[in-house]
Amino acid sequence: MAFMPTPRQLGALKLAVFLLALVPITNMAWRIYAGQIVEPLEYLTRGTGDWVLYFLCITLGVTPARKLSGWHWLIRLRRMLGLFAFFYACLHFLCFLWFDHFFDLQEMWKDVLKRPFITVGFTAFLLLVPLAVTSTNAMVRRLGGKRWAWLHRLIYIIAPLGILHFWWMKAGKHNFAQPILFGLIVAALLGVRIYWRQARQLQVS
Amino acid sequence: MLIKSSSSGNVEPLPSEITPQAVYEARRDFIRKAAVGAALGSALWELANRQAFAATAAMLPAKANPAFTVPDKPTSFKDATSYNNFYEFGTDKSDPAENAHTLRTRPWTVTIDGEVKKPLTLDLDSLLKLAPLEERVYRMRCVEGWSMVIPWVGYSFSEIIKKAELNGNAKYVEFTSLADPKQMPGVNSRVLRWPYVEGLRIDEANHPLAMLTVGMYGQVLPNQNGAPVRVTVPWKYGFKSAKSIVRIRFVREQPRTSWNDAAPREYGFYSNVNPEVDHPRWSQASERRVGEDGFFQRKRKTLMFNGYNDVARLYAGMDLRRFF
Repeated sequence: MAFMPTPRQLGALKLAVFLLALVPITNMAWRIYAGQIVEPLEYLTRGTGDWVLYFLCITLGVTPARKLSGWHWLIRLRRMLGLFAFFYACLHFLCFLWFDHFFDLQEMWKDVLKRPFITVGFTAFLLLVPLAVTSTNAMVRRLGGKRWAWLHRLIYIIAPLGILHFWWMKAGKHNFAQPILFGLIVAALLGVRIYWRQARQLQVS
Repeated sequence: MLIKSSSSGNVEPLPSEITPQAVYEARRDFIRKAAVGAALGSALWELANRQAFAATAAMLPAKANPAFTVPDKPTSFKDATSYNNFYEFGTDKSDPAENAHTLRTRPWTVTIDGEVKKPLTLDLDSLLKLAPLEERVYRMRCVEGWSMVIPWVGYSFSEIIKKAELNGNAKYVEFTSLADPKQMPGVNSRVLRWPYVEGLRIDEANHPLAMLTVGMYGQVLPNQNGAPVRVTVPWKYGFKSAKSIVRIRFVREQPRTSWNDAAPREYGFYSNVNPEVDHPRWSQASERRVGEDGFFQRKRKTLMFNGYNDVARLYAGMDLRRFF
């Protein structure tokens, strides 16, 4: 029989995930404080961006992992994982606004409009906002499950946009190994959904 | 740039005074980090650094040339040797310091051929003796938007041109870097076409600022900084300054340079530092000085030709937006 945590165990698991999700930013801050990083601003910008992609992949991985393992309780961790993707996206955006533009909104806006690579990243960030805002139980009830689920399919657009942003960032240096890896992971996570959907439709008809 | 004649009083500290202190600071810092690192158990990280530092022990005395110095504060030795772009050793900034210990810099020869009266091959010792070594403090602006200030050791590249005796057909010079997969793990990647090739127009290469470089901070070049011999072209983005050079060829046609070849829309052959011509993905109007510009100020303005205005005459009448 599949593992099923008691409410207490689930609470402990949630706490563990919460603390683990804070390890990356804590580690980055510590390494900067310890003087190990030559260019802290670039390091933070890249590091937070990387972790947005990691958390997007992990969040997208919950449903497939649940179906494959039978651990349906994994869904109870998904909201927090998604919110951590948003948390790191906020930090990443803050790095851009602070380090690149020193809070000059007009300059930042010019940059967003002028450079497709930034336009795409910024769009992905904006699209995450409604998902974060509607992540509470009350909002799910208010929207109704169906509409809520529909809205949250935005993640299927956000993740590819994030990868495109990363891809363009690496493109100038012909350094595609990582973007390709992320692309394959996200393609697999989205592809398996399409596959299951079609399999279900076949069963119905 | 500040071109001061050697007779005028030089109020800035001489590079020769700065350098030993930078080295000293780097060592102090290294000892401190080693302690922190040990406490953290990150011995691997330290080991990689220790190797990088061990490789830089040989001193290379040189007389400071006050005509080629800038008032900016030199970057610390540690930063200049641990934050590098040298793709032959990996694409991360920390990769060269970690991986470049495998580079064997002796014996080393540089072939000088092409449009010359007589091709020649010089070993490292002949190169070191070709002209008196000078220390020059140059700004270094990377195309990525960061900069450093580095006391280099070497002499004007024009000395090489003199030695090579051009036959009158040479319009450009082409630098070829070493590309040995046994010594350079990065050349197995397809990031660039190897070997790395860079080039200059002959008049650019003849400008006294263009430097054949064999050392920095009063020492032999650390491997990760392009040992044992490189060029330094301070008014151009850093990637124009080829590292670990094995061949200098004088040619009639503009050389097919690596970055220009890889992304012609992003990296031009000239690649002069120019705050008015943006990279397609970021602005070149400002830069961050490594180790100096932190969290609490705007990025500093990038200067035309990196502040080396004397080179402007090389480009009189040229549209620098087109020939970026």
